[in-house]
Amino acid sequence: MSARNSILNTLRASLQGTTPIVDNFDAALVTAPWTYPPEERIARLRQLMETVHTETHLTTTGRWPLLLAQLMHTKAVDSLLIAPATAHGRQLLCAWENLPDAPHTHAYDRPIEQWKAELFNDTPASLTGTLGAIAATGSLILWPTADEPRLMSLVPPVHFALLKASEIHSNLYEVMQRFNWASQMPTNALLVSGPSKTADIEQVLAYGAHGPKDLVVLILEDA
Amino acid sequence: MSTATRIPAQELPSTFRERAHVALGDSQLRSNFRTAMDSLMTKRALAFADAEEREQLRTLGNTIRARALSKLPDLLETLERNLTRQGIQVHWAETVEQANEIVLGIVATHEARQVIKGKSMVSEEMEMNDVLAAQGIECLEADMGEFIVQLDHEKPSHIIMPAIHKNTGQVASLFERKLGVEYTQDVDALIQIGRRVLRQKFFEADIGVSGVNFAVAETGTLLLVENEGNGRMVTSVPPVHIAVTGIEKVVENLRDVVPLLSLLTRSALGIPITTYVNMISSPRKAGELDGPEEVHLVLLDNGRSQAFADGELRQTLNCIRCGACMNHCPVYTRVGGHTYGQVYPGPIGKIITPHMVGLENAPDHPSASSLCGACGEVCPVKIPIPALLRRLREENVKAPTEGAPLLRGQGSKYSRKERLAWNTWARLNSSPRLYRAFLKMTTRLRALAPAAAGPWTQHHSAPTPAPRSLHELAAEHLNRKTP
Repeated sequence: MSARNSILNTLRASLQGTTPIVDNFDAALVTAPWTYPPEERIARLRQLMETVHTETHLTTTGRWPLLLAQLMHTKAVDSLLIAPATAHGRQLLCAWENLPDAPHTHAYDRPIEQWKAELFNDTPASLTGTLGAIAATGSLILWPTADEPRLMSLVPPVHFALLKASEIHSNLYEVMQRFNWASQMPTNALLVSGPSKTADIEQVLAYGAHGPKDLVVLILEDA
Repeated sequence: MSTATRIPAQELPSTFRERAHVALGDSQLRSNFRTAMDSLMTKRALAFADAEEREQLRTLGNTIRARALSKLPDLLETLERNLTRQGIQVHWAETVEQANEIVLGIVATHEARQVIKGKSMVSEEMEMNDVLAAQGIECLEADMGEFIVQLDHEKPSHIIMPAIHKNTGQVASLFERKLGVEYTQDVDALIQIGRRVLRQKFFEADIGVSGVNFAVAETGTLLLVENEGNGRMVTSVPPVHIAVTGIEKVVENLRDVVPLLSLLTRSALGIPITTYVNMISSPRKAGELDGPEEVHLVLLDNGRSQAFADGELRQTLNCIRCGACMNHCPVYTRVGGHTYGQVYPGPIGKIITPHMVGLENAPDHPSASSLCGACGEVCPVKIPIPALLRRLREENVKAPTEGAPLLRGQGSKYSRKERLAWNTWARLNSSPRLYRAFLKMTTRLRALAPAAAGPWTQHHSAPTPAPRSLHELAAEHLNRKTP
């Protein structure tokens, strides 16, 4: 008998004569303590994310490309990995075209196998969008796509993320229900709640373990 | 390859008792654990500031896990069906040997030379590093703590904080010795050294291995939590990803993970959420530019179905591996993780290990507890750990002839002498006549009490019975008062 059937048969035999426990999931337990009116969500999100060393900035739909260029100058980062087929990727290219001293952009437009070494060794920063955020835990929601692949938010040491203020939700349960996650999970879905960190040496918190050392969130207040 | 040829990672005395003795004499080890556990307990308490919210959430967590277990075989089939439909290959293993064969098979198919591994306790059960090394394949730990213990040829001493038994100075010397870097006690610098070494390995590796925190049946999703990003690296960069997990890790619905996640990260580290929650539902799809082309899930039994067979012991499988029970355990804090000599230390280790290796190979596990109850009180999914410890103690002293054997190694501590002593004690205490006769004899023959009474008299003076029993004195007192 295969391992599969042997395991399943053993488990079934052990359950003989029992009835499955009824699903009485009480959603209020995971929503009521974690619900915030829209005007409080930005503040809560920023507070939680900054506690774990995330940098956040308030900006607008029109101004963020300029702010991003300034932030990169301040951080002395001169090259940015972008997803050119996304709306924000196009907007950035357009805005930076005529900007004097604009940082270089690099497009993620080929399979990783064709430029893995460059991604790992020569890509100091990236820009991605988000699907929104969660105020309860201070988390960004990322669903990487073919246009904006998953390594963009992982390998470069600095990750800039765009967040529309109207897409900051109260809690994870609400997001899962409202957007019906259960029927359409993507290849990879992520919650990102700060730069990479570790406390594995004597519980001393250190940032920049394996993922980005810097996470910078640009919050678009008018979007 | 037989298990006998494997070289043990560290030479330790052979019994729990002996290892505990050594650990208790190591003041550095004790202070490392004491400091860390105190801090973890404080953090957890702060994260659950509202006791009512905490208790309701624990109850919800308990019912979600119990519900999943009450239909486990069906959920495993649903999980398999959904994963397969989405392109993830599912493998089943009854034993760690089978699980290793599956992994070695995948490694051989891809002619892989380098494997990079995220934190996974199931891969520790499999001793995957040693098994792969024996075939000439490098299997490197990518979690900073695991990387440190692997570098020192040790095993993890805590399921969440594998290198918690070491302090910064010890890690600094280790890095200097093994990586040839300059000695530094700057934790940031040490982490950056680890980052540099491991980045190259993520880049080169042919296969990434990870564990799974929750496997969602409804959506066919493997969910992993972590802070470092190594879990995302091993599941996103190499062309092949192998996830290994226990058959009990499945939950029914995606929304079930919401309370479990909150319970897990708050109980483990006192944080509202980990830096990354990584949900994987398929390999790279057509048109996608990165992610593994192949994803495998290995479902391992390794004794879990034995715990599952008994309604009470089944609760062991509620565990979501947060480590809160060990953080709060007075025994664990004093003897450290290595004393347990097995993959899972602390209270959860004491109730899960006997199913994995047999009671005969972990005879002291159920009794290495003061039954103070702290573990049961903090368990986020309400496993009644003290009750399960008492139950395992009973099973451990059953005579070979008593009842159908339920557990592997059952009765490994059975002793006819001990059984006789307890039977006599029970008879004495249930017959007033016998009891009084016994009292009379012990008090009157007190001069004959032995001067040595086993281990007791190594550190105490020998007990001598009083000239007259309390019973007699009380009777006399009462008689005097009532004229």
